[in-house]
Amino acid sequence: MELDPFLLARIQFALNISFHILFPTITIGLAYFLLFFRIRYTQTGDDHWDYIYAFWVKVFALTFALGVVTGIVMSFQFGTNWPGFMEQAGNIAGPLLGYEVLTAFFLEASFLGIMLFGRRRVSNRVHLLATSMVALGTSLSAFWILSLNSWMQTPAGYTFENGVLIAENWLAVIFNPSFGYRLAHMFVACLITAVFLVAGVSAWRLLKGVGGPGTRSVLKVAILCAAVLTPTQVFIGDLHGLNTLEHQPAKVAAMEGIWDTQSGAALTLFGIPDEEQRTTHYALKVPKMASLILTHDLDGEVKGLNDFVGEHPPVAPVFFAFRVMVGMGLLMILVSWLSSIKLLRGRELETTGLRVLVGMTFAGWVAVLAGWYVTEIGRQPWVVNGLIRTADVVADHEPQVLIASLTAYVLIYAFLLVSYISTLFYMSSKPALSLKGTPVHEYDLQSGGRI
Amino acid sequence: MEALLPIIFVAIMGLALLLYVILDGYDLGVGLLLPLASDKEKDVMIASIGPFWDANETWIVLGVGVLLIAFPAAHGIILTSLYVPATVMLLGLILRGVAFDFRVKAGSHRKAMWNQLFFVGSLLASTAQGWMLGSYITGLEHTQLNMVFSILIALCLPALYCVLGASWLMIKTEDELFLKAAVWAKKSLSPMAVGLLLVSIATPLVSQVIADRWFQLPQFIGLLPIPIASVIALSLLYVLLSRTPEQLLMTNPWMIFMCPVIICVMAALGLAYSIFPDIIIGQLTIWEAAAHTSSLKFTFVGVVIALPCIFVYTIFVYRVFSGKASELTYD
Ligand code: HDD
Ligand code: HEM
Ligand code: HEM
Repeated sequence: MELDPFLLARIQFALNISFHILFPTITIGLAYFLLFFRIRYTQTGDDHWDYIYAFWVKVFALTFALGVVTGIVMSFQFGTNWPGFMEQAGNIAGPLLGYEVLTAFFLEASFLGIMLFGRRRVSNRVHLLATSMVALGTSLSAFWILSLNSWMQTPAGYTFENGVLIAENWLAVIFNPSFGYRLAHMFVACLITAVFLVAGVSAWRLLKGVGGPGTRSVLKVAILCAAVLTPTQVFIGDLHGLNTLEHQPAKVAAMEGIWDTQSGAALTLFGIPDEEQRTTHYALKVPKMASLILTHDLDGEVKGLNDFVGEHPPVAPVFFAFRVMVGMGLLMILVSWLSSIKLLRGRELETTGLRVLVGMTFAGWVAVLAGWYVTEIGRQPWVVNGLIRTADVVADHEPQVLIASLTAYVLIYAFLLVSYISTLFYMSSKPALSLKGTPVHEYDLQSGGRI
Repeated sequence: MEALLPIIFVAIMGLALLLYVILDGYDLGVGLLLPLASDKEKDVMIASIGPFWDANETWIVLGVGVLLIAFPAAHGIILTSLYVPATVMLLGLILRGVAFDFRVKAGSHRKAMWNQLFFVGSLLASTAQGWMLGSYITGLEHTQLNMVFSILIALCLPALYCVLGASWLMIKTEDELFLKAAVWAKKSLSPMAVGLLLVSIATPLVSQVIADRWFQLPQFIGLLPIPIASVIALSLLYVLLSRTPEQLLMTNPWMIFMCPVIICVMAALGLAYSIFPDIIIGQLTIWEAAAHTSSLKFTFVGVVIALPCIFVYTIFVYRVFSGKASELTYD
């Protein structure tokens, strides 16, 4: 195979951002759970909440560190791999990234120190404030970066001057047409990812018999949250899809695997799209459903890929990634609802139920990655939709250099991912300690850890 | 305003990078010194930088960010030609940053490995930064002479970081470790001084542009305070570190820490003078590389509001964690 620097640069960028996004999704969501645990502790004075906080803040610290270092890689990636992008769109992308650094990164990085080490050095109130600042910082970070990404999907508020893009109206740039949907969908995705992590790890601790006080209560909180959040996500996802249909019809056609423009289009549940023959093999279809979902009308017209020949994204990856995301979403609803029903009837989860939750610990990651692949691959061949082509902005590095750096990143990321997951479970398999360092009483462990 | 904005932004970028060198410099320095300490001391050393390193590292994100916001054309050229050292630095920063947490959380049998990776990461990051600085000063042209020059800086910068790190440790630790740190600082002093001297001699030699800017008469005299202040700071540092242990324990460690800080500030001023008004020496001025005024104005508003806030809460954090680090744990 020809070693195409363009392809290598894209693979490297995709690898780096895919690895980065794993950790912020957890920290953005987990930050609010930590805040909740802290507030409950302040309200009730119950040590159990303190202990729960103490355990999860360690997970947070570990995840945050990975988020920070991989994020620093991201801030260099734009220059090292996409110099043309920055030359043409830098007038818009730059300030948005700049506001992220100024408003979010310093905030979270500074207050993190107090949150992690400051318990005995500041008052309870200041510590609570620091925890809130960290949560606010992570969310602000998502706000700005998603604004940029959404602008790349649905550019607005710009004009061209001497061949480069400049902003005409910053509010229109920031609050571009797809931003609200993307922010909501991503934010809920973060909460869901965190919730399944909390549930999975808590279930693991109960199975191992090292749960400690409060673990069952936290498990319950997590499952009930999941039961509410997952259907919400389907609802937001549906709205997001309608917005995409309006602005990026070719992407939706690839997601649905619809080739010919038609009214009353069938929904393809599964199949194998074939771009050469321009058809979907072994398609399993539900009549009229695609039109219903996309236009909220049984006979609505849906544009097909053949209307966009040469201008539409690669179909198969978008099609499959979309099914993975939606499939994960439905699976999450199933698991969280079955578990919730059981809990609400006053019963406890047994071994099987707990094991399923352990299996779902990283379900959020799968859905998030799949969702981003739909979004980003679905935008191809554009880097800024309709304005700048990806192929025009890539850096021309020697393939050897790219292969070397790509290999280094792959190795280090594989090592870090293994270390992260194994450390997470190692930490979880240790018996509980309260924040003050005193071991939790034996009988607390046996009481099943209810608060 | 149109012509002024690029100057303001280049100043902000310079400030961010200077703060980065000083702040992340001391924590990278602590990482470089880690193998010299006993296991128990290692814990204290890491505790001394634990609450600060993340925010310290954010200054480089801001520096690169401002380069991208204000000078997008230069951003592309600089980072593309520094691809290899930048990648090495990033890999180093990754290893270093995660080792903080993994070394205490991954179980005691792994601790030694993470300690080593902490050191390796710090070493990779600091030498790569020296390498980047060297290539940047030589106008990003990869000639053989320039390579030698870059390697020189790549060796000198870690020594500077060691001095910063060791004097930081003197602020944060007591008794035995404090005295050890004083010895480390003193040992790193001569490589740092030799490095600085060579760099000062070599810079005008490798760059005609820079030579012209320095060695003309009225300017030269006006610029003399920069080398003189550096020499004074260096001598003061030497004198302070040569005190007997009893005297050292009575010395205010902040006085010691301020010496390498002054050296960094002077080096930054000298460098700024050498380069200004170019953003890539001899190729591109800040006005040629500047982003559109609408972008600069929009960002400027954010800078004016956010930067003072950042300073305020940074100072607040340093005050919360003032004093010796011994009792901080990173569990
Ligand atoms: C926990 C994670 C998660 C779950 C369960 C879902 N999604 Fe999602 N989805 C994301 C996480 C995500 C994401 C990672 O957050 C994306 C990528 C970019 C974005 O804005 O959100 C995304 C993108 C994304 C897009 C692409 C929008 C575009 O690029 O223009 C659509 C149409 C949907 N989602 C729709 C859905 C539907 C109908 C779901 C119903 C089950 C669903 N998502 C579940
Ligand atoms: C929110 C901030 C993001 C921005 C600004 C952004 C920007 C970009 C840019 C500039 C490219 C390169 C051009 C291209 O190949 O299209 C790209 C491609 C890509 N990104 Fe993103 N991205 C973001 C988030 C993500 C996330 C979170 C993921 C994955 C989890 C992701 C996955 C990808 C993939 C897979 C590609 C390659 C697509 C292809 O080349 O076919 N992106 N994105
Ligand atoms: C191309 C896109 C991206 C770039 C250039 C980027 C850059 C960075 C950088 C430099 C950091 C480290 C900040 C520090 O020093 O504290 C970071 C961390 C972070 N990023 Fe990204 N990032 C990108 C994509 C994203 C996306 C898509 C999200 C979320 C939706 C996100 C959310 C965060 C958060 C919350 C952190 C804080 C660290 C953590 O919580 O783990 N980033 N990012």
